[in-house]
Amino acid sequence: MDMERFKNSTVKIDNEEKMAGEALFTADIPLKDFLYVRQIRSSIPCGKIKEVILPELPEDYYYVDASDIVKENVVNIIFSDWPVFADGHVKYYGETIGLLIGKNKAKLIELEKQVKITYEEETPVFDYVNSEIHKEFKKGDLSSVIKDADLVLEETFETGYQEQAYLETQAMIMWLDGEKITIKASMQCPFYIKKAVVRTLGCNEEDVRVIQPAVGGAFGGKEHYPSMMAAQLATAIHKIRRPLKMIFDRSEDIINTTKRHPSKSTYTGYVKDGKLVGVKARVRLNGGAYKGCSGVVLSRALIAVVDCYNIPNLDITGDVYITNTMPSAAFRGFGSPQTIFAFEMFIEHVAKKLGVDPIEFKIAHFAKQGDITAVNGKFHDKIILPELVEKAFEMSDFKRKYEEYKKPGCLRGIGMSAFLHGCGFTGSGESTIINAQVKLTKDENDIVHLYTSQVDFGQGNRTTLKKIVSDTLGIPESQVTHEPPDTDHTLSTGPTAASRTIIIVGFLCEKAAKNLKNIWKSGVYQEIIEPYVGPSYITWDEDLMKGDAYPGYAWGVNIIEVSYDPITYQIKVEGVWSTYDVGHAIDDRIVCGQADGGIAQAIGYGYMENMEMKDGKFMQKTLSDYIVPTCEDLPMMETALIDNLFAYGASGAKGCGELTFVGGAPALAHAIEMAIKKNIYKIPLTPEYIMEVVENGKD
Amino acid sequence: MAKINFIVNHQPIELDINPSTRLLDVLRDYLGFKGVKEGCGEGACGACSVLVDGEAYNSCLTPVANVAGKEVITIDEFNKTPQYRIIADAFAEMGGSQCGFCTPGMIINTYVLLKKNPFPSEEEIRFALSGNICRCTGYNAIVKAVMVASENGRNIVW
Ligand code: FES
Ligand code: FES
Repeated sequence: MDMERFKNSTVKIDNEEKMAGEALFTADIPLKDFLYVRQIRSSIPCGKIKEVILPELPEDYYYVDASDIVKENVVNIIFSDWPVFADGHVKYYGETIGLLIGKNKAKLIELEKQVKITYEEETPVFDYVNSEIHKEFKKGDLSSVIKDADLVLEETFETGYQEQAYLETQAMIMWLDGEKITIKASMQCPFYIKKAVVRTLGCNEEDVRVIQPAVGGAFGGKEHYPSMMAAQLATAIHKIRRPLKMIFDRSEDIINTTKRHPSKSTYTGYVKDGKLVGVKARVRLNGGAYKGCSGVVLSRALIAVVDCYNIPNLDITGDVYITNTMPSAAFRGFGSPQTIFAFEMFIEHVAKKLGVDPIEFKIAHFAKQGDITAVNGKFHDKIILPELVEKAFEMSDFKRKYEEYKKPGCLRGIGMSAFLHGCGFTGSGESTIINAQVKLTKDENDIVHLYTSQVDFGQGNRTTLKKIVSDTLGIPESQVTHEPPDTDHTLSTGPTAASRTIIIVGFLCEKAAKNLKNIWKSGVYQEIIEPYVGPSYITWDEDLMKGDAYPGYAWGVNIIEVSYDPITYQIKVEGVWSTYDVGHAIDDRIVCGQADGGIAQAIGYGYMENMEMKDGKFMQKTLSDYIVPTCEDLPMMETALIDNLFAYGASGAKGCGELTFVGGAPALAHAIEMAIKKNIYKIPLTPEYIMEVVENGKD
Repeated sequence: MAKINFIVNHQPIELDINPSTRLLDVLRDYLGFKGVKEGCGEGACGACSVLVDGEAYNSCLTPVANVAGKEVITIDEFNKTPQYRIIADAFAEMGGSQCGFCTPGMIINTYVLLKKNPFPSEEEIRFALSGNICRCTGYNAIVKAVMVASENGRNIVW
């Protein structure tokens, strides 16, 4: 059956070297005469730094801090407020104050313990009190439905931190090639790293080169943090001019890198004549100590505020709260998993309150082609949610199980979530901010070379993009190369984020290949530079949060079945079925791999991955106490893809990486609600929380 | 410091070394076998798995003194065997490797499983690989790959 399923698949370019252990990840790359680098970090959540007392440093050991900044003490992230080194003031536990650098790792660790930092402590803030980013918008006229609503329901939902837990920790090496700063790192966005170095040093673009080695997973966690590492190492290399290596061990990585934003959102729903006609929502995200990319995460959370449902009247506000904690940043889904969880739970609770079937109630509210989106744009393209639901029902035997498990005393549950994911950067960002440009050349031997800045950290995009080119040109895949990005050889096709690689860059690759095909002349060098031009009907106003938020949407349905042990309050996942509309899968095996991995992470988010914060410190520090799913926690999962071609995608392809994550936690939570016969308002669903709900919760 | 003798990838090795040095560091930093990966450094992820006298060991938890007199095989050498080929082809066919960081460890543990139990059930596969974390695949394709390897290797001596 799988051979059938994978009929359009090719073996990934980097598969063999990775399996054989021959691919070089950052820590594997030989580097001559280098020094190890370790961060010296704040041991309090908030306060003034009074003094840093260093032990005597042996010869060839160095300390670098804010006083060594060459040009600007800021890391270039969307909103640049995060300093490279804390300058006089720390705002979160673990903030980098300086770097200790030297030849021997053990010696460095010993020296690090002798560094004494004195502080004047200030009262930290950990709660949702200081909003520093606020957005709001309305759709329809909520006041018109408030007065004669038949039913009003208000509920609050919470979601926790989530650690990316990519298997390769953050790692970077940097050396001088002549005068050129050269960087290899575990990363997602080579051009982000380059910009961060240029900005902090005030040097020229040509002075920095970033090359991507093999990358062991990222999931958003290597979108911004490597820019921080690069800015720190660049400051150090400017001073000491020696090759540098900074590799995090697992605990450093868990404690010191960005995670998914925790959230707390309050929804009020208004029902008239059996329909949910209005929703008021207050979405709150914990942004941590610096804003960074949180504003954009908030936008995505708000655009997904009522998920894939069409609710005619909305009054929505969203805030990012600044707290004295590790800044939150990108993680697969980028804000939407939080609101999709909340709304999926909410709409089913409304249905239960009305005494109607939650599944039918949801289906009756599905958005359709031509409907107005939450942010007053339009769903321009065909929406095939009903087909996705029908297929998922059939795969999982949903209806029979649903009726059976509902019965009192049954310790099983089955739940369904439906969802959408906007592909690409928000609004017109792709054409106005990113301006991706694909370079495609053909040499005298008629070998075609594709250059993009997309990083393959496991998603298979190096293979998929190459395949788009060879398929379009009608030549064998072996006649096309697509090497990992090197900023000296590729133009920027933008970051590897936001499920934009296939929908945006893939589309560009197809266009470039079509153009090359038109001018193809055997035996001569030819070159195509293809800039992105998106759908012209896309208009977006970020300040007003109004318009077409994305070039296109991908859609999905998840069904999860669980069993529940009332003695231990433990959950076991018994079945997982998913259907997706990703437009068209260029490579089924790769897309199904994303589907499996995405929902596995979402199941972890839903009930296993518990990251607690106490006095500004993460309580979980290792992979033994931050538990991610192992293969014993998951059953065999089934995925089906239904084509729904997108006019602005290569062969109709849209995005898929994040889509496969966003619906998992609510599908799981619905199933658990059914098994425990109580409502759920929070994830992760730890046994402790389930116990509390079972003992005291609402039916 | 102590003298420790053992065999790595068929080469006799003699080291004058602190006996509590992690086997992982010896293999990667002293001997240059970079196919052995460090994912957690505390026995939780299996990325550092190597064969010690035919058994899978987490090299991050193994002091080098514990392998004195023993034979260590890492993925860097195992990848030349016909057993590797069968497993790797099955991983490629099913999509069992995404970022690839867990894969050498997965392959080592798959081999040890199939050697002991050439036709494992799904449950036995999940149990055998439960010490190996993969954050990319959701394990679906890995479990299927082990089944395919078992099937394709039915005529070989594991
Ligand atoms: S590195 Fe050894 S088990 Fe994770
Ligand atoms: S393939 Fe990335 S961790 Fe397994």
